[in-house]
Amino acid sequence: MQALRNVCLGCLLLLVSSLANAQNLTIEITRGSDQALPIGVVPFGGGDGLSEDVAQIVQDDLERSGFFAPIERGSMFERPTQSQDVQFGTWRSLDVRYLVVGRAEPANGGVRLQFELMDISGQRRMLTETVNANANDLRGAAHYISDQIFEEITGIRGAFSTRIAYVTSQGVGDNMQFGLYVADADGHNPQQVLTSDQPIMSPAWSPDGRKLAYVSFETERPAIYIQDVGSGQRVMATSFDGINGAPAWSPDGRRLAMSLSKDGQPEIYIMDIANRSIERITQSNSIDTEPSWAPDGRSIIFTSDRSGGPQIYQYTLGGGEAQRLTFTGNYNARAQYSPDGDQLFLIHRSNRGYQVARQDSDGGRLVVLSDSTRDESPSVAPNGTMVLFATQQGNNGVLSAVSADGRSSFRLPAAQGDIRDPAWSPFLN
Amino acid sequence: MQVKTLARSLAVALSLAVLAGCSSTGGTQDGDSYGSQSGSGVGTSTSGAGTGGQYGSSTGGANQQADSRIPEVRTIYFDFDRDTIKSDYESVVMAHARYLRANPNARVVLHGHTDERGTREYNMALGERRANAVQRFLNSQGVSPSQMSVVSYGEERPAVRGSSEEAYSQNRRVVFNY
Repeated sequence: MQALRNVCLGCLLLLVSSLANAQNLTIEITRGSDQALPIGVVPFGGGDGLSEDVAQIVQDDLERSGFFAPIERGSMFERPTQSQDVQFGTWRSLDVRYLVVGRAEPANGGVRLQFELMDISGQRRMLTETVNANANDLRGAAHYISDQIFEEITGIRGAFSTRIAYVTSQGVGDNMQFGLYVADADGHNPQQVLTSDQPIMSPAWSPDGRKLAYVSFETERPAIYIQDVGSGQRVMATSFDGINGAPAWSPDGRRLAMSLSKDGQPEIYIMDIANRSIERITQSNSIDTEPSWAPDGRSIIFTSDRSGGPQIYQYTLGGGEAQRLTFTGNYNARAQYSPDGDQLFLIHRSNRGYQVARQDSDGGRLVVLSDSTRDESPSVAPNGTMVLFATQQGNNGVLSAVSADGRSSFRLPAAQGDIRDPAWSPFLN
Repeated sequence: MQVKTLARSLAVALSLAVLAGCSSTGGTQDGDSYGSQSGSGVGTSTSGAGTGGQYGSSTGGANQQADSRIPEVRTIYFDFDRDTIKSDYESVVMAHARYLRANPNARVVLHGHTDERGTREYNMALGERRANAVQRFLNSQGVSPSQMSVVSYGEERPAVRGSSEEAYSQNRRVVFNY
């Protein structure tokens, strides 16, 4: 059995820092939904002296979601900051369905943000709230406001206050540099949490959003580590002979499914994190990897080539044969459940290439969602509305996202080098 | 001792016939040397370039010299989605087998790699399959299992950047690391 090993921070080839800042990822909207709701987000009153343009952050959040089509500021010939100043006719003439107004004022060393959400056609106020923000966390306050607006209108919990983890790389062959980053869901505030001249792969958030499990080759072979994102403290969880890959947290956060090839071919194992015991789940003479848990924690889906090429299988914990779930095409891999468990998001090889696709989890038709053709590592937002994935733009790896219905998409290009292996965090508040 | 990645790529760009016949008696390194020593290879090649019979007579002496040093060609390449050792590269693997048999204290780590297409963890498994195929071949040639180990890098360490078939073909490889 693999003993728990504490790994020193700042070893020879490794620097761990939760403070190292890097360049923000800049979002490009690549496809807008024709069903997006027109909304106006008016610049907040009193916001001129602030370090962040709160209304702009809210507007960008709402646009990125694909559910909203914000109107440009230039077309706003009135700029009310509170509901009693809103002239409904003005906004109706601009075909706006919803309007957000607000104002900022200093309070107790921070900033008090008051915002109101108006239904223009219904001529009523839907929501009003006051948010007390730290002056250095105006982006966080803006994402909170976006979450409230999004949920009030769509009935779906907003995921703007979440984070993403991803891996960067530069160089080729024996001369490469890898980084593991954590950033806000909009690509801002990237923090480097690990750097190495050996590959880093497959980051996975714990269900409480506090830890990342990932694969690192820093010992010149793969091993799975679990790192506390806040403190940078970490432990080596496995370093068996062969592949130690594809860690996936159980919904209760107590177990880690993974792929190990210590007994020959890669097989799926489940580790009890507290006592480090492992249980082998699959018994096949084939590749079994990329496990992912059903939201109820009762079954695991994984990629297996037992039928020849990679397909998705489901194993119900407690016994029985794994059941094949995908039958469209000859390459389906890296599947993940939607948060409600009704759908699978996966990588499907079509005539055009490797694309993000969706399939009902009880079978049914497979639907390709992405336009790009060199996609990998789909990761579903905790509210199920979008899928973040890695793809290629020219010769560079970039992050991209597509809505679960395929109607809208955006891209998060890196300033330099490759960026890949994204993992969308759970809800953090 | 590490052969430079770029040099490996250059080596591929040169004729396959040269590569296939090359268990190399020369003492120089890297891609530059291939062109000038194309006549010195050992004749186990099954490539279609017709050099095999021509150099067959030099086998004995060249081998003894070659077995005292690590073979220079340390990368072999694979077809898409395949872990079969192509006949072009059997002579390369045989040269490593001879070296390892002749030097029981030598240890090799076989690094398996794939091109970028497909998912990363699945590619990790495919890279391991390629390296395992080489390990089995070496074992069948009498190399002790204790002299060999396997690490798959999947698509994580491409030798060449880019998404052309040319780049892909140079990234699907197993590298002998001593």
